[in-house]
Amino acid sequence: MSEIHAQTVPFVRETMLPPSAPPRSEAGAVRWLRDNLFSGPMNIALTVLGLMILYVVFQAVLPWLLHSVWNATSLGECREIVARTWGPDASGACWAMIRERWPQYLFGFYPADLYWRPTLAFALLFVALAPVLFSGVPRPLLWFSAVYPMLAFWLLWGGSVWWWVMVIAGLALTYAVFRLAVLRLGAIVAGTLAVVLLAAWSVYAVAPLSGRLDQVIPAAITPVASDRFGGFLLSITIGVTAIGGSLPLGILLALGRRSDMPLVKSLAVGFIEVVRGVPLITVLFTASLLLQYFLPPRVQFDIILRVIIMATLFAAAYIAEVIRGGLAALPRGQYEAADSLGMDYWQAQRLIIMPQALKISIPGIVSSFIGLFKDTTLVAFVALNDPLKGITQIVRSDINWKGIYWEPYVFVGAIFFLICFGMSRYSMYLERRLKRDHR
Amino acid sequence: MSEGTQRRIDRSQMRVSDEIAIQITAMNKWYGNFHVLRDIDLTVHKGERIVVCGPSGSGKSTLIRCINRLEEHQQGRIVVDGTELTSDLKNIDKVRSDVGMVFQHFNLFPHLTILENCTLAPIWVRKVPKKEAEDTAMHFLRKVRIPEQAHKYPGQLSGGQQQRVAIARSLCMKPRIMLFDEPTSALDPEMIKEVLDTMIELAQEGMTMICVTHEMGFAQAVANRVVFMDQGQIVEQNSPQEFFNHPKSERTKLFLSQILGH
Repeated sequence: MSEIHAQTVPFVRETMLPPSAPPRSEAGAVRWLRDNLFSGPMNIALTVLGLMILYVVFQAVLPWLLHSVWNATSLGECREIVARTWGPDASGACWAMIRERWPQYLFGFYPADLYWRPTLAFALLFVALAPVLFSGVPRPLLWFSAVYPMLAFWLLWGGSVWWWVMVIAGLALTYAVFRLAVLRLGAIVAGTLAVVLLAAWSVYAVAPLSGRLDQVIPAAITPVASDRFGGFLLSITIGVTAIGGSLPLGILLALGRRSDMPLVKSLAVGFIEVVRGVPLITVLFTASLLLQYFLPPRVQFDIILRVIIMATLFAAAYIAEVIRGGLAALPRGQYEAADSLGMDYWQAQRLIIMPQALKISIPGIVSSFIGLFKDTTLVAFVALNDPLKGITQIVRSDINWKGIYWEPYVFVGAIFFLICFGMSRYSMYLERRLKRDHR
Repeated sequence: MSEGTQRRIDRSQMRVSDEIAIQITAMNKWYGNFHVLRDIDLTVHKGERIVVCGPSGSGKSTLIRCINRLEEHQQGRIVVDGTELTSDLKNIDKVRSDVGMVFQHFNLFPHLTILENCTLAPIWVRKVPKKEAEDTAMHFLRKVRIPEQAHKYPGQLSGGQQQRVAIARSLCMKPRIMLFDEPTSALDPEMIKEVLDTMIELAQEGMTMICVTHEMGFAQAVANRVVFMDQGQIVEQNSPQEFFNHPKSERTKLFLSQILGH
């Protein structure tokens, strides 16, 4: 029967066809090269151009990296070694500076005999983060995550442990009073009461009580002043604290912006728009200079604390907008389903809305975090020793390293890249893990 | 007409009591200047199965969404199970937890498993212990005939299965009244039957139901009253026999000729 004829008579299929493998020419490396690099004249031209650019870049950078010097005591010695080994015209990187100044890049002017304290705090950071970041870690470890901020601040700044114990006691007391009051007086009265109590506790109770306890059982470690902090210790302290603080604040601001209550809504909108409309440096200057004018004369606010607060508020405004995007992407039906099951506003937000909105917003949130972490180098403008500008300037004012230019920036840049790349990879892992809608 | 309704329906449990489940009196609602619901009076007794039908835009969905306050009414009274719906949030949450709702687009929570979808509200709203909530959930999942899907996510299920999960999720709250908002309109024809069968079973057990649907076969088989709405008003309500065989209003006749004509 001819093919054409076969189509014109009634037809019933008796056996179903099994799936078969694609033809050979559709697979393999040659196929990939042809598809991606040489598929047309334009593509061929771009491939060649790309290879040429790569060649030029590597020709300039590779010898410089290959001629690196790790053992020297000054830039002059470095140059001498390069000239002796590779010829008078050769250039080479002088990593010896990093070798010598490595502790300063890490800790700034933190007392050398106390380096173990920030190191311990940094190691414990991973213990505290593990249960937050990964689902396989035992849940009780979350209690350690909750206490970690106080523990870390105590390790970094030193002083009496009782001060922090009193802070924790104040938080616990406030929470207990809130839980008791919220049933009888309602959320607004109980919330106000809690805030007033916390403020009163921190002003009138923390210092005297911890002082008294210190006399009974002394438990203080050497205090370290904020101006001794520098390098990556400073960046990571500011970065991690601001990241940790800006996410919850950003969530509240995003919810505020979508609130039905006009006062809450306009406060949230006003805050977000003002903060986003002002450069971070302005905010930091406000923190370091102006804030002091508005505070009572004898109140001394630690400069790092001020910078952390400002960076947190700044990042929170951006994160609020990212989360608002996630909220807007959720279908109305999700809110209605939660409502129809009798959930109240906070239950619906916590159990239904936020898990989904935050999942959608992960890439944006992590972008904001990465931006925030890199922005911590801007604290150089308020006379703090950030690793990029602050420490590098100190190093270069040493007569031995005067004139060194590329190496500190390449080094600091590489460390920032590692940390930021790590955050980015984590966000991709998280997205994969939470991908459950199978759409 | 759907095939699902051709089977024999056991009406022995489907008794209407004298107790009033829902009372709506002189209720009006506007969207801006648009008068969506006009002077609605409707009394639903315990055990009634009411089908609400009408052309699109007639306000039938809005009406049942007012019953659990997904929409706010501006005039008149709605009393559900003795609780009047006002702006008091406590009353609203109470009514909502006692009234189950099934949506056209299922509205399952995609980030939770089927089982978690069913246990979430009992655990957090009713404060039921987790184990007990899971037992209840499995009971109702068996009832809607998908217990084997309990640990999958909604995105892995077919439309009909998702809608049955949505029904089970509502039942887990042990509601006294169930509202259905076009539960089969978003489904492929093959899947309509399985959802209607579940609803019929529910009716046979004596659940008070209000159902917005275009499934006239379901209405004839299960409903004890059909409410026809047009332009935000109740135009006609009657028993299904009378409604389909002897419609009184011209508007009803036109509507029936359009949906049954083909």
